[in-house]
Amino acid sequence: MLMKIGIAATGGSMDAQVSDQFGRCPFFLIVDSDTMRFEAFTNPASDMSGGAGPAAVRELVNRGAEVVIAGRFGPKAQSALDAAGVRYVEAGGKVRDAVAALKL
Amino acid sequence: MVIAIASGKGGTGKTTVATNLAIVLARSGRQVQLLDCDVEEPNCHLFVHPEIRQEIPVSVGQPAVADNLCRGCGKCSELCQFGAIICLGDRVAVFPELCHSCGGCMLVCPEGAITEQMRQVGMVELGAFDGVAFGHGRLNVGEARAIPVIAELKRQKHEDAVVIIDGPPGTSCPVIEAVKGSDFVCLVTEPTPFGLHDLIMAADVVRQLQLPMGVVINRSGIGDDRVQQYCRQQGIAVLAEIRDDRRIAEAYSRGELAVEACPELGQVFHALAEEISRQVRP
Repeated sequence: MLMKIGIAATGGSMDAQVSDQFGRCPFFLIVDSDTMRFEAFTNPASDMSGGAGPAAVRELVNRGAEVVIAGRFGPKAQSALDAAGVRYVEAGGKVRDAVAALKL
Repeated sequence: MVIAIASGKGGTGKTTVATNLAIVLARSGRQVQLLDCDVEEPNCHLFVHPEIRQEIPVSVGQPAVADNLCRGCGKCSELCQFGAIICLGDRVAVFPELCHSCGGCMLVCPEGAITEQMRQVGMVELGAFDGVAFGHGRLNVGEARAIPVIAELKRQKHEDAVVIIDGPPGTSCPVIEAVKGSDFVCLVTEPTPFGLHDLIMAADVVRQLQLPMGVVINRSGIGDDRVQQYCRQQGIAVLAEIRDDRRIAEAYSRGELAVEACPELGQVFHALAEEISRQVRP
């Protein structure tokens, strides 16, 4: 089933590590689960002193993410994800491997 | 005249200076008002035991969004500087703890979907002790922003009195709110590397606020003379030194004023008051 997966990452490639942080991670990738095509972008919320989690959720929702992966999610990020109806999964390791694990 | 007592490092003796200065000034015949602006952890009341006669609740506005009117245009999100209101597709999430109550989202919403809902964040209490007018603020546990309570407390300032403001520790926004608009800032420090480090930051802040300042060295004798050297280099007056004395700590632990336990300290605080006066009106 086609899913757009958002992943918090330490770099802009599928071989980067999943970021332990969500709201202030340096990069996000959005992966198309069928084709494995992806777009990578720097996280606009990474410099925010407050509300980074919700701001990051907004960016991902605007880009169509339906499920999100990161090491862990702060309470405001979780609220925003719940409000947006977006599923979130805690995972680590390489982005590529985390996406594969999600598809199983 | 408004005298703000600030520090940098916490625990240097702001409250000791503020409360004892207030009582000494009042006993010498001045009209005095003590305002404890450390609304996150007010403690002046522990030493002066005021009779509270008035309570003023402090509330702030936050956005309430009517989901049936919201069309998900995202203008509120774009305007908000604090990330307190986020548009997620066709609905909006609000984070009240981030909201600074600017009202911008309400103004910019094209559908009129946002109204202001008030939330109580704390309380200002006013009263008196020993002929000294007293006020403090209490921020509710869990609230992130002290400024609305500090601002309400400062609105209760008496124009015709010597107002002593016991400020919060540190150099962040609540300190600025407490200290701004004062005639003089008294920075209390201890003569240790920690004390000096944070004093330098606090002095920098006060300089940027363009307020006259002086330093009180509390617990003098426990460290070294680097604070004095710094003050000399910077041209900052050392207004007073309070010698380290176990009796002061014992009095503190009993909720007693230092000048009650050590009457000779009355002289030190008198001299401090004179010195501040001299600095403000040379």
